[in-house]
Amino acid sequence: MRWRAEKNTPWLLLSPAILTILFVVAIPLLFSFYTSLTPYKLTRPETINNFIGLRNYERLFDDAKFWWAFGRTILFLAIALNVEFILGLGIALLINKITWGQRTLRTIMMFPMMFSPILVGFQFKFIFNDHIGILNNALQGLGIMDDSIAWLVDKPLGMFSIIFAEVWMSTSVFAILLLAGLFAMPRDPLEAAKVDGCNPWQVFRHITLPFIMPFAFIAMTIRSLDVARAYDIVDVMTGGGPAGRTEVLWTLIARVGYDNAKMGQANAMAYVSTLLSILFTYYFFTKLVAARRYMGGAE
Amino acid sequence: MNRRLKSRIGKTALWIATFLLMLVICIPGLWVVLSAFRPNSEILAKPAIWIPRDLTLDNFAQIFGFGQEQVAIPVLSYFTNSMVIALTSTAIAVLIGMSGGYAFARFRFLGKNSLFLGLMLSRAVPGIALSLPVFMIWSKLGLIDTKMGIIIVYVAINVPFTIWLIDGFFRQIPKEMNESAQVDGCTRWQAFWKIEFPLARSGIASAGVFAFLTSWNEYALVSQLSRSTDSKTLPVGLMDFTSQFTINWAGMCAMAFIIIVPALILTFLVQKHLIAGLTFGGVKG
Repeated sequence: MRWRAEKNTPWLLLSPAILTILFVVAIPLLFSFYTSLTPYKLTRPETINNFIGLRNYERLFDDAKFWWAFGRTILFLAIALNVEFILGLGIALLINKITWGQRTLRTIMMFPMMFSPILVGFQFKFIFNDHIGILNNALQGLGIMDDSIAWLVDKPLGMFSIIFAEVWMSTSVFAILLLAGLFAMPRDPLEAAKVDGCNPWQVFRHITLPFIMPFAFIAMTIRSLDVARAYDIVDVMTGGGPAGRTEVLWTLIARVGYDNAKMGQANAMAYVSTLLSILFTYYFFTKLVAARRYMGGAE
Repeated sequence: MNRRLKSRIGKTALWIATFLLMLVICIPGLWVVLSAFRPNSEILAKPAIWIPRDLTLDNFAQIFGFGQEQVAIPVLSYFTNSMVIALTSTAIAVLIGMSGGYAFARFRFLGKNSLFLGLMLSRAVPGIALSLPVFMIWSKLGLIDTKMGIIIVYVAINVPFTIWLIDGFFRQIPKEMNESAQVDGCTRWQAFWKIEFPLARSGIASAGVFAFLTSWNEYALVSQLSRSTDSKTLPVGLMDFTSQFTINWAGMCAMAFIIIVPALILTFLVQKHLIAGLTFGGVKG
């Protein structure tokens, strides 16, 4: 009897969590999949009953706008995440060296992480503004240039500005977690390596880096859970424009679904972006689990 | 001699790098905060006015609807909505997260790992992608533009991460403490409230802070699920400014300041626990 109670307890404890996720995520996603198989338009509700199979997905293949947005999203993520990792590692090593005021520095570093993406976007929209932005004003004030640069309008610069905002917001996730890894590192192997005549680079490459890798995977997993928050930044900074120059998958979904009311088509796109995010998270999560096992902490 | 010089150069370089880093992190936010206290005319001035001539609270008076000039944006009700929605969804998410996190930390059961992974992956669904079906279903249920509708969604997006953090904190407490309390005559339920809960309390609080900030900062979903002052939150309200003919930068900065302040205070209060929660909960299985 008691054994049976034990067996049911975890499920009982987990049932509120499972029910919430079912109601808000799982069931809507199933519905979303069904809708992606119809030509559903918000303006014509009866179209939801019109089953057209995979035609929305087929249409995506020929849609140049979609592929541009898709490519831009991948490029955006690849650049942003790599830069964030490298900068974060650099910052962690830097702060680890500093002995005075370390705690204060770490606290300051956490602030961008806690900023609302919409605020980060707004803040950089303000800074990069071509008329009143502090950046152009500073460049002009210092006499570096006379005319203003349209940071958010220019073709490669628009994307650059958005990546800059994203990196500003999320580098701290890497820096903080890698720094925690450095703090947790045992001193003995480092000393031993030095005694054995390793140079600083070798110590870093063969002792420090492998030790802090699990922390990097935690950071990657956390980041992969909310990469789509970049939608907020893009939406407030450029709204995907001008002329679609900074259109990423997420802004395109919003445009097709809400502005054009083509829910069926938008849901097909949303499915692609959801699968992308899930694969990404899954990949880093398995890496994290493997790293955990390597550290001997797993059950 | 040479060596001492070298180390001194190294130290100076370290300080310069740190200084630059802090500059890059702090300047954007500080500039927005400073601009919140400046009149719009000074922000728009060409050539730029670097040192503020007069600092005012007019922008705040304006967006809250006092003072001569009024802005047609009801910031006060957005603020109330944000608070109500964030606090309620946090409270519910923490309760659900506590019960779920405890289950993951203390029990073995079939499909445990895949369930944990499933919960995490549910969090990975991009907000804007999730908003499409939720928008359609919520319109059928009459939940569009209600605080309730948004709270339900926020609970769901907060639960996975809350479970992750709280699970980590419960794992740090030795199982034996609960067991010995039970030997001494406590029920499992009593042992939980008397032993484990007080020990994990600060960790649970930091999970709550994370949930609060996620709800407070969220934009993609609420921008589609809210329509009016009944449920619009501050981040959506900030975008109201951009739809106007001329951008009221000073007003936007003032509103940004209102969004920043709670985030800064909370981060400052719990930063130590946040780091512990993220790393310990994640690595030490």
